[in-house]
Amino acid sequence: MNRLRFEFVESFRIAYAQIAANRTRSFLTALGVIIGIVAVTLMGTAIGGINTGFNRSMALLGDDILYVSKHPWATDKDDWEFRNRRDIKSDAAEALQTIIDATPRSQLVKAVPTANAFRNVVRGDYQANAVFTLGTTDEYPEIATVDLRDGRFFNATESRGARNVCVLGCDVADALFPERSALEEYVTLGGKKFRVVGVFSKQGSFLGLFSFDNQIVIPLSAFKKFFVRKGSDTDVRVKMRDKEHVEEAKAELIGDMRRVRSLLPDQEDDFAISTQDSFKQALDPIKTGIAVAGLFITGLALFVGAIGIMNITFVSVRERTREIGTRKALGARRRTILLQFLIEAVAICLLGGLSGLVFSYLLFQGVEAAFPSFPIEFSFGLVLTGLFMSVVTGVVSGFAPAWSASRLDPVTALRYE
Amino acid sequence: MTAEDSAVLPARDRTVRPPGPLVIEIEGVTKVYEMGSETIHALRGVSLKIRRNEYLAIMGPSGSGKSTMMNMLGCLDTPTQGKYEFNGKDVASMDDDELATIRNKEIGFVFQTFNLLPRSTSLSNVELPLIYAGRPAGERRDKARRALENVGLGNRMDHRPNELSGGQRQRVAIARALVNDPSIILADEPTGNLDSKTGEEIMALMEDLYAQGNTIIVVTHEPDIAEHARRIVRLRDGLIESDGPTEVR
Repeated sequence: MNRLRFEFVESFRIAYAQIAANRTRSFLTALGVIIGIVAVTLMGTAIGGINTGFNRSMALLGDDILYVSKHPWATDKDDWEFRNRRDIKSDAAEALQTIIDATPRSQLVKAVPTANAFRNVVRGDYQANAVFTLGTTDEYPEIATVDLRDGRFFNATESRGARNVCVLGCDVADALFPERSALEEYVTLGGKKFRVVGVFSKQGSFLGLFSFDNQIVIPLSAFKKFFVRKGSDTDVRVKMRDKEHVEEAKAELIGDMRRVRSLLPDQEDDFAISTQDSFKQALDPIKTGIAVAGLFITGLALFVGAIGIMNITFVSVRERTREIGTRKALGARRRTILLQFLIEAVAICLLGGLSGLVFSYLLFQGVEAAFPSFPIEFSFGLVLTGLFMSVVTGVVSGFAPAWSASRLDPVTALRYE
Repeated sequence: MTAEDSAVLPARDRTVRPPGPLVIEIEGVTKVYEMGSETIHALRGVSLKIRRNEYLAIMGPSGSGKSTMMNMLGCLDTPTQGKYEFNGKDVASMDDDELATIRNKEIGFVFQTFNLLPRSTSLSNVELPLIYAGRPAGERRDKARRALENVGLGNRMDHRPNELSGGQRQRVAIARALVNDPSIILADEPTGNLDSKTGEEIMALMEDLYAQGNTIIVVTHEPDIAEHARRIVRLRDGLIESDGPTEVR
């Protein structure tokens, strides 16, 4: 046991001396590993960033909300299968709520109708284009996180009375009212004037595609009055009692919706229920695909580095054949020699890996400083993975030369010129 | 030392120490190499007994099987046929790692080309066999230091080989051979790369080591060097031609 430990220490000492004595060569060899590790870790930061951004976006959707709509969010079927379904009317939410309230120990709490469109919002010379326009009721704050920077959400009277009031996303408010508060001011939406009663706090964007800060929320009654044309329908958002029981809640909601839609037992559902999981399920294969393809391509860089290490270790074995013979004569066993060259290869890879990690960290900091919203994330796990991969590269690439060194015949090795 | 002094050297002490127990016993050993399509009979049946406290020279012209004999005695190689026992242990049937252990514990090698590790200090070079023996660092340091002092290099411990003269290098190698307290010291042409004066110094050191109770085997083709030994074994064509006490001229 001791012997193995001393041999280990001695091997590290030799590796250090060897690297120190061949600085240029070691650096050039390590360069392959550096490039490989930089590529792999940068890929890792990108994948980690996509994941984090994705989860953050998912949280914005609400993990305790079921979405009832004509179209499912994620499907592999064609659109025409869904477009001919009956519209979901806004009174479906009220009917659902009645059923939910009447169901003892219901898994569901609240059903709120929503409808949406994209419209431009204008105030004087200022204009915000393609703003997500959401029509809903005063009960919306019960099913969504509503943080208001200014003012209030519209109340029941305004909601039922189809008043022209609105709550603005912070980006819209800032764009239209750069110099003062938007509160109690008027904006023009679809040619109608709306009074601003509240402004949302900053919420962020969904997958970088859709900004929750670029929205305007108005009473559904007003929305229908001005924007509903033939064919546009409403969705219903239903809050669950307990997000641990998604399946039960879903089953209950399907039953309730079938009653609302008066479906016969042999008729198929003509509505879809989605959760944030539906998105996840649809996007997971894409994420995995990106990760696999990315890591494979970057892994190739590391593989090229590994070949460099293997090559230089073979050269090193060749150069030091006499030394191997001497060591064997002095009592080095096969294992000792194997260990020595393996550790030398691993040491170069580790040095390369460490430099690579430092380099990618600097790159990461640079990217983060230059593009704050770019989805990358540097983690401790990534450092461990990088170091682990360096060691594996060292072992894999050093093994063949180290093995050949350990098998050298001492007589031949001692005589080698 | 002047030229006159070295001329006086043959009148050195020729004490023969009483031989101790058997260390090496070789019987009917042959070694056959395949060199391409050719078969070379390097040893054709050699028998030899070496006891503790012996000072032995193995001589012979090139092609006599001298090197093969040395590799065999040094447990670097195993015989094709025949018996080889080292301290009663059967070497002929050992595998590589068992042979390595025997070399580490029982044999101290001194090479013609010194074979020191170029980037290591004298002390590290001498410590090497102790590392392979699994000795702890403190003990290694102490033993290596003592071995270097014993060969007169107490003030050269932290020098690297390229900072030492040829004679000093060979002394480091001898210290390395001694450090693990081996049963035999096996020197292959120990003066071959040295000028004759330095060579004599090295042989004087060997004489000291012999006087201290070491068993020494010198492989050489130089009669002057062989004469230092107390017994000379001459090889020719893979056979022992003669084996007897050294006749001083």
